[in-house]
Amino acid sequence: MSNRWNTGLNWSDVTPERHWLNRRALLAGAAGAGALALAGAAEARIAAKPSPYSTDAAPNTLEDITGYNNFYEFGYDKSDPARHAGGLTIAPWSVKIDGLVDKPGDYALDDLTKGIALEERIYRFRCVEAWSMVIPWIGFPLAALLDRVGVQPGAKYVAFESLARPDEMPGVKAGLLDWPYREGLRIDEAMNPLTILATGLYGEAMPRQNGAPIRLVVPWKYGFKSAKSLVRISLTDTQPRTTWQGLQPREYGFYANVNPEVDHPRWSQASERRIGGGLFAKRVDTIKFNGYGEYVASLYAGQDLAKDY
Amino acid sequence: MDRVHALLRRVRPWMVYALGAIPAALLILRIFTGDLGIDPVKTIEHRLGEVALQLMVAGLCITPLRRLAGLNLIRFRRQIGVLAFVYATLHFAVWIALDLQFRWAEIGADLVKRPYIVIGFLAFLMLVPLALTSSNASIRRLGSAAWQKLHWLTYPAAVLAAVHFVWLMKAWAFEPLAYLAGITALLALRLWWRARKGLAATPARA
Repeated sequence: MSNRWNTGLNWSDVTPERHWLNRRALLAGAAGAGALALAGAAEARIAAKPSPYSTDAAPNTLEDITGYNNFYEFGYDKSDPARHAGGLTIAPWSVKIDGLVDKPGDYALDDLTKGIALEERIYRFRCVEAWSMVIPWIGFPLAALLDRVGVQPGAKYVAFESLARPDEMPGVKAGLLDWPYREGLRIDEAMNPLTILATGLYGEAMPRQNGAPIRLVVPWKYGFKSAKSLVRISLTDTQPRTTWQGLQPREYGFYANVNPEVDHPRWSQASERRIGGGLFAKRVDTIKFNGYGEYVASLYAGQDLAKDY
Repeated sequence: MDRVHALLRRVRPWMVYALGAIPAALLILRIFTGDLGIDPVKTIEHRLGEVALQLMVAGLCITPLRRLAGLNLIRFRRQIGVLAFVYATLHFAVWIALDLQFRWAEIGADLVKRPYIVIGFLAFLMLVPLALTSSNASIRRLGSAAWQKLHWLTYPAAVLAAVHFVWLMKAWAFEPLAYLAGITALLALRLWWRARKGLAATPARA
């Protein structure tokens, strides 16, 4: 399956940004066309319409995206998920939806997503560890699902819970964190059109190490907010407690918006290294809200983001 | 043990340095074979730091090995120490050049503001005088007692290096904690020996 992507090309074969930016080489065009061809082939697999929210930056290779993951359920090392996630059972899969909703219940994944149009969202992805990638997700707005189950007026937050299955997840078995992994969003963040539930990437069903079969993607927040392999979505009236907040409340806040002005207590968030450039992966300035400020900055009007980190 | 020592007598310092260069050579080889993973910078940076820490631990093991196992490797301690300094320097250089990419404002801020970087940097600074005085001439100039006192800096440097490792992880991981525990145990052993020696040297009071 993954051989389909084995065109003999490496990320290093794709024209570096500095070249195509200054139009130095015709190769730039060739590489761009190559990327489009890949995307085209992808659409043949999972029908997904392009989105105006997509970045035009070149996505990372499938190899980068599926070989460099923080998914502590499978271990601390970034190569652990690719190594250990293969045995994860993802069918059947159901998601429990409860709390302040009109139609709570245990939904089979297919029923949950039936009839919702899939889109390709090529998003920048910024990890709290100061590295970043560009990932061509396939998914749909979380709002579409929330509308389907009916959000009650008292709901102020959405809580997410990831799968914790010790016999298939060595990191869960080893107790690396306080499982299950929990995350949360404020309701307006959850309803923002940028917030998606992703079920695939690069035109394929979601690889297990990236959070199959369904995961959250919130592109203006640090990656740990985008919980993987979701089994429960709860609408609540109180701010849910998240896994990382529980571990290090001073380091990981509820909001976790990408923000170069608010450093992690242990490291700077002013810049990030773009994964995929090999030995000379370029370090670039981090942009507030990961560059999605035009869509989300208004959500935080009047909030002190240094305090609400 | 005598046969081991007889064998070890044939080991020249350059051989120790050659052995110590292997991890660096392997890293360089892996650059060319493309075997450094998706983020080669982190792989190199972490491996260099890890080797530096391992060499520091190896240096700290020399005396206990002699006292507890009768194995005398003291002749190689200098090379081990110098190699630890070289790897620490490379680790630091990769951080500046490949990781932070000479963004001096960020480097400067990190070096004073980020606890785990401050601590790693302090550990590195402590190794500098040790590397500079790693010659017989320095021992003669400083006098053996003062030189030994100075080289006690190895202990705080190793402890700080291990704390640096523990602290950079997002969660509690086994490996860095194992280093910290090992170094603490070695330090405790030395302090205990010292205290006993001190006690023995104090004349008994009536």
